[in-house]
Amino acid sequence: MTGYIIKRLIAMVVTLWFIITLTFFLMHSIPGSPFNEERNTSEAVQRNLESFYHLDKPLYVQYGMYLKSVVTFDFGPSIKKSSQTVNEMLGRGFPVSFELGIITLTVAVISGIALGIIAALRHNGFIDYLAMTIAVLGISVPNFVLATLLIQQLAVNLAILPVATWSSPKHMILPTLALATGPMAIIARLTRSSMLEVLTQDYIKTAKAKGLSPVKIVFKHALRNALLPVVTVLGSLAASILTGTFVIEKIFAIPGMGKYFVESINTRDYPVIMGTTVFYSSILIIMLFLVDIAYGVLDPRIKLHKKEAS
Amino acid sequence: MEKVLEVKDLQVTFTTYGGEVQAVRGVSFDLYKGETLAIVGESGCGKSVTSQSVMRLIPSPPGRIADGAVLFKGKDLTKLKESEMRDIRGADISMIFQDPMTALNPTITIGEQIIEGIMQHESISRQNARKKALEMLNLVGIPNPSERLKHYPHQFSGGMRQRIVIAMALVCEPEVLIADEPTTALDVTIQAQILDLFKDIQKKTGVSIIIITHDLGVVAQVADRIAVMYAGKIVEAGERREIFYNPQHPYTKGLLNSVPRLDLDGADLIPIGGSPPDLFAPPAGCPFAARCGYAMEVCDRVYPYKTHLSRDHHVDCWLQDERAQKMLASVK
Repeated sequence: MTGYIIKRLIAMVVTLWFIITLTFFLMHSIPGSPFNEERNTSEAVQRNLESFYHLDKPLYVQYGMYLKSVVTFDFGPSIKKSSQTVNEMLGRGFPVSFELGIITLTVAVISGIALGIIAALRHNGFIDYLAMTIAVLGISVPNFVLATLLIQQLAVNLAILPVATWSSPKHMILPTLALATGPMAIIARLTRSSMLEVLTQDYIKTAKAKGLSPVKIVFKHALRNALLPVVTVLGSLAASILTGTFVIEKIFAIPGMGKYFVESINTRDYPVIMGTTVFYSSILIIMLFLVDIAYGVLDPRIKLHKKEAS
Repeated sequence: MEKVLEVKDLQVTFTTYGGEVQAVRGVSFDLYKGETLAIVGESGCGKSVTSQSVMRLIPSPPGRIADGAVLFKGKDLTKLKESEMRDIRGADISMIFQDPMTALNPTITIGEQIIEGIMQHESISRQNARKKALEMLNLVGIPNPSERLKHYPHQFSGGMRQRIVIAMALVCEPEVLIADEPTTALDVTIQAQILDLFKDIQKKTGVSIIIITHDLGVVAQVADRIAVMYAGKIVEAGERREIFYNPQHPYTKGLLNSVPRLDLDGADLIPIGGSPPDLFAPPAGCPFAARCGYAMEVCDRVYPYKTHLSRDHHVDCWLQDERAQKMLASVK
């Protein structure tokens, strides 16, 4: 197990290095720079700015400096918001995004799996069709449409929930609902189809023949086997939800980190682009690693370590 | 001898998009204490559906026990509530399925899979349930059982898994064990071991066994009595010797002729031509008539009545009618 983890950690670092390198060169190959806006700056000012951010140096030098900053976890100051460093921006935004993300994930996973199980158990019945209609709606309705709809109905018309911002639990309900519906629908559909498959397996028949109750059969014998595909999508889903979403955070005026992903690219804010990319990639890689560990826990046939001496 | 299980005129249908399939069409048989009854027949003849209906394990819907009774200890199992049926499954009547590779849950240790069955039916501490599981694994011949309890199914070979499945089925000391093709998925040497195990366990526990198979070799080894099924009906039944040495139904004869024989040098295998009837619309007469070399006009029209040849041996065939017997005698 330890051997496996060490091997994986090394592979993770290599993956991260690839992502950093690719992002760096892609970013610099986009035409434009942080300083050529309509605003006229004199050539001297332009040169000074570029030299302050080391943009006048050859690309490989910049790349080397950048790698150093990644290793030391110091991404330097933002170009556009010169009073802030990238670390400060992420440090402020991420906890908020993370909080929203964790709540959303919990809601999506629990309700998605529950919906999937119910649909599978009532296969081709009314409840199944109802659950799958909800799921299809959840997947096909974009979350910004749902968000505005929720605001209009619950916050404006009925006035039972606040319209926006992020302060009390009451404020969290609408963004969570808007953000969780999509993932919930994906999880529900996956759970349903894999549950249906597992329920036809011979070992379920064996469990029935033993006289076990339906509850035991579903939760002890079927669910664990049905969850593997769900866990697979959960890794990347979690990474993207936990690091914030531009649209939802914008609509509800949530001070998360979602906006930096988009804004930094529009303004060619190189340090912020690199910071957010490295941060997101790290989270994604860690999540995928956790998924692999979870496989081993869920299914004893998947061995994470070398063949044990038997 | 004491009757343990009595199946009376069992009828099972499946509702499909194509219509209603009459999978089992009036099957009756008795099972006595400590005996082995083999139900034989080709694929699709309804033998598995019959056995699963006894335990009410057919998927419902689409399956449905349309008529008939399954009497066990004076109770009609077809009339029980689902919760009452659960108390019987695994405790009084157990079942073993065909493929030991898929019959065990891959994510649960075999110990837990055996123990949960015990805990379901007996008020017993976990410790004692574990002890019981160990004894049972010993009985079915799993070496080093206390260590093996902690292992997962994928850590066992096919033969060992079937032993575990058998242990699981017998651990609550049921009175009836239904084995649905228990050796089909195993290779020949393991087959022989498992069949020996059945006989051995029957001697020790006195359990009555219904074995479902299409393999007449298996039947010859373990069965006391044999029921031959065709197109959802039992067409002939009797003691093993009677069926093997004095088969009366042309279908039974056909089955026996299509078994490879080592003692007759160069004898050709004689297959049964044609295929079984469509059970969406079973024929009014004998379902075997279309494939039968002896078929008469009456066979197509009316299903033959049951003729008793001895206490146990009975057959549904028009050839047993005295008019047909006279004809046969005059031809000879």
